[in-house]
Amino acid sequence: MTTTTSTRTSARTGTAYLIRGGSLLGRGVEDLLVRDGRIAAVGSAAASGAPQDAVTIDADGLVVLPGMVDLHTHLREPGREDAETVETGSRAAALGGFTAVHAMANSSPVADTAGVVEQVYRLGLASGWVEVRPVGAVTVGLGGERLAELGAMAESRAGVRVFSDDGICVSDPVLMRRALEYVKAFDGVIAQHAQEPRLTEGAQMNEGDVSAVLGLAGWPAVAEESIIARDVLLAQHVGSRLHVCHVSTAGSVEIIRWAKARGIDVTAEVTPHHLLLTDELVRSYDPVYKVNPPLRTPDDVTALRAALADGTIDAVGTDHAPHPSEHKECEWAQAAMGMTGLETALSVVQHAMVDTGLLDWEGFARVTSVTPARIGRLGHQGRPLAAGEPANLILVDPAARWTVDPTTMATKGRNSPFRGLQLPGSVRATFYAGHATVLDGRLATPRPVPAADEEAPAWNL
Amino acid sequence: MKHLLSTHDLSARNALRLLDVAEEMAAVGDREIKKLPALRGRTVVNLFFEDSTRTRISFEAAAKRLSADVINFAAKGSSVSKGESLKDTAQTLEAMSADAVVIRHPASGAPARLAASGWIDAAVVNAGDGTHEHPTQALLDAFTLRRHWARVGGTPSAGTDLTGMKVLIVGDVLHSRVARSNVWLLTTLGAEVLLAGPPTLLPIGVGAWPCTVHYDLDDALAQRPDAVMMLRLQAERMNAAFFPSTREYSRRWGFDDGRLALLDALGLDDTVVMHPGPMNRGLEISSAAADSPRSTVLAQVRNGVSVRMAALYLLLAGDPHDDVPEQHDLPALIPEGRTP
Ligand SMILES: [Zn+2]
Repeated sequence: MTTTTSTRTSARTGTAYLIRGGSLLGRGVEDLLVRDGRIAAVGSAAASGAPQDAVTIDADGLVVLPGMVDLHTHLREPGREDAETVETGSRAAALGGFTAVHAMANSSPVADTAGVVEQVYRLGLASGWVEVRPVGAVTVGLGGERLAELGAMAESRAGVRVFSDDGICVSDPVLMRRALEYVKAFDGVIAQHAQEPRLTEGAQMNEGDVSAVLGLAGWPAVAEESIIARDVLLAQHVGSRLHVCHVSTAGSVEIIRWAKARGIDVTAEVTPHHLLLTDELVRSYDPVYKVNPPLRTPDDVTALRAALADGTIDAVGTDHAPHPSEHKECEWAQAAMGMTGLETALSVVQHAMVDTGLLDWEGFARVTSVTPARIGRLGHQGRPLAAGEPANLILVDPAARWTVDPTTMATKGRNSPFRGLQLPGSVRATFYAGHATVLDGRLATPRPVPAADEEAPAWNL
Repeated sequence: MKHLLSTHDLSARNALRLLDVAEEMAAVGDREIKKLPALRGRTVVNLFFEDSTRTRISFEAAAKRLSADVINFAAKGSSVSKGESLKDTAQTLEAMSADAVVIRHPASGAPARLAASGWIDAAVVNAGDGTHEHPTQALLDAFTLRRHWARVGGTPSAGTDLTGMKVLIVGDVLHSRVARSNVWLLTTLGAEVLLAGPPTLLPIGVGAWPCTVHYDLDDALAQRPDAVMMLRLQAERMNAAFFPSTREYSRRWGFDDGRLALLDALGLDDTVVMHPGPMNRGLEISSAAADSPRSTVLAQVRNGVSVRMAALYLLLAGDPHDDVPEQHDLPALIPEGRTP
C-alpha cells in the first residue's frame, strides 16, 4: 500500500523538465516546460515558471514533435514471449519515439475477449514505457466465422476501439459488413488486412517481373485492391468507419482516393518499409525481406509516398513484427513473414518523406501522431504542443546519421530489413505523460505504475 | 565460379567454358577407363530434399568419374526434411568437410540461401530448386543443342555458341525450373527463344523475358524452330484450373503425332525434339515423337554426366580467381590418349 501511494505521488509530482531551444514542429524555436504530466508552459513562460529542481534539456538543433502513435504493432504477448514481450516491444517503441502503440490481436490466445485485452493493457501499464492499446480481434480466434465479443472488449478496462484480424483478412463479405455495422455502437473501427485469400494461396512475394524470375509464388496487387474496393463500398453502404492496414500498391491508393472523394469514411496506413524497399531485394532470397503484404515495385513506392504526402494515406503504421531468428534462418518459403520497425520508423520516414521534401515536420507529426491518435480515438495523444496539453512528445535530432544494427536494438527481433543502412534522424528524448522514458537517446526509466483506482484517469490525464 | 546457383547470373564466358570442359569430359566418357583422378580426396555431398533418382545418379556418376568421394544425403522424409533444419544440415555437412554440396530442394532459392548464409564453406551446386532454376539441366540441354547445331553446320562443337539457333520451349513455363534456366542460358549463348503454352501457365512478368510468347503451338512451330523442348506437365497442375482437362491440354499443347508430321511438312528436317524427362507419354509428348530420330532424350541423359563433371571440376579444381581464362587447357586433368 505504501508503495502504491509513493508511486502515485511520483507519477503526479515527478521531475519537471525545461526543454530549451527546440524547434516546435520544425518551425519556431521555443522553450517548453513539462510538469505534472503536461506541457505547463511554452515560450518565455517556460523558464520563468520552471521550479528550482527542474532538469534543463538543451534542445538546440532538435525538433520537438508529438510522441508517435503506432496503429499497428505486434507485441507477441501472450503466447510468443520468445519473439517479443510487451516489456521489450514497448522499450523498443519508446526508443523509436512512440508514446502509444496498438498491440495487434494475433497473440496466443488471440485477443478476442475482454480478459485477454485487459491482460495486455495491464502488461502495458506495468511496463510503463509507452501507452499500450490492445487491438481486439474481429472474429473468434481470428477464425473468420463468428464475431468476437466486440462490445465487451470496448467496455473493458482496455477500452478497445480498433478491431482487426490482422494477419488474416476478414474475407467473408457478410461478416465484414456486420463487423463494420456493429462497432458503430461504440465508435469503433475495423482495421482490415486486405488480402483476398484464394488469390494468395501459397503466395511468397509480389507477383511481377521479379517473382517470374525467382520462381516464387506471386502475391498479386489485385488481391489487396479487390478487398479494399469491396470494403470501401461496404463502409459506404452501412455508413461505417473503415481503416485499411498497410496499403502497399499504387492501385490501392487510387481506390482509397476515389473513396475519399465520394465521402466514404475510410482511413489508411502505410508501413515505413513499403515507403522505402522494393521487391528487387527478394533476389537475395534472404527471408529478412519476407513480409505480408510483400515489398512491391518502385512505382508502388512512389505512389505510396505521394499518397502519404497528399493525405490519401492518413498514417504510418509500423507493422512491427519481431520473429525469433530460427524463423528467418531458413529457406524463403519456410520463413515467417514480418519485419521489425519500431526503432527505425522515424528514420525511415524522415529519409523517405521529409528529406525528400514531401512532408515537413508538421506533416510528419500529422501522419505519425495526430491522425493515428484520432483513428484510434486516443484523445490525449497526438495533441498540439501547447500549454495545458498532455506531455506526450519527443525530441528528434534530424541531422544525426546512424547505421542500423539489429543486434543492438531493444526489440527481441533481429529481423530488420534496414540492417546495414545508414539512416538520418535520431530520437534523443521521449516524454510519455510527462515522464522521460528516453533521455540522451537511451532508455531512461519507465513511467511508474498508476494506482489501480487511478488507472483510467491516468490514461486520459 | 564459387557456386553454380542459376544460369541467370552465368556469363557467356563461363557458360562456354563449362560447355567446352564438358566436351572434354564427354571424351573421357568414351574411353574404356572412364575415371579421372582430378577430385581424388575431395568430398561431394548429394543433398536431396526431393526425390530425383535420375538427377542424383547423374551427379553421383559425375563425381565418381572424377574420383571424388560421394555421400548421398536423402533428406526427404528424414528428420531433416523440415525447412528449419537447412541450417543444421549445412553445419553437419560443414563438419564432415564437404567440398561441394549438390542440393535439390522443393523451395525456390534454397541453394542460394545455403551459399550466402555463411553456414557452410563448400561450393554449392543447384540441382533444381522449386520453380526457380535447374542450371545443370539447362547446361546439358545447351550442350546437346550445340552438338546438334555444330553437326548441322559442319563445324566443331567446342568454342562455339548458339547464335542463329531458334529454340521453342512448350508447356508449363510457370512452374518449370528447366524452362527458366534454359531461357537465360540459351539467350546468353545467342539463341532465339520462343515460349508456347496456355496463358495460365506462363508467369505474370514473362513479358520482360528475352523471348517471344505464343499461345498457339502451331503458330509457334510455323516460326520454324530448330529445336522443340517439351516440358513435363506435373500431376498437381491437372486439378488446379490451369486448363480444363488433360485431353484439351494435350490437343492444344502436346507434341503429338500430327505435330511430328507437321515438322516434316514444313521441311524442318534438322529440327530436334527434346524433353528433360521423365516424360508423360501421350500427354505432353506422343510415344512416336519421343522415340523418333528427332528425339534427343537419351542424348540429354548421356550429356548430363559430362556437364555435371565439368561443373564439379570447375568449382572444385578450377582457379577461383580465374573466372574467365583466355584458354582452358587442362593438363593435370586429361590423361594422354584422350580423344579430342
Ligand atoms: Zn497485416
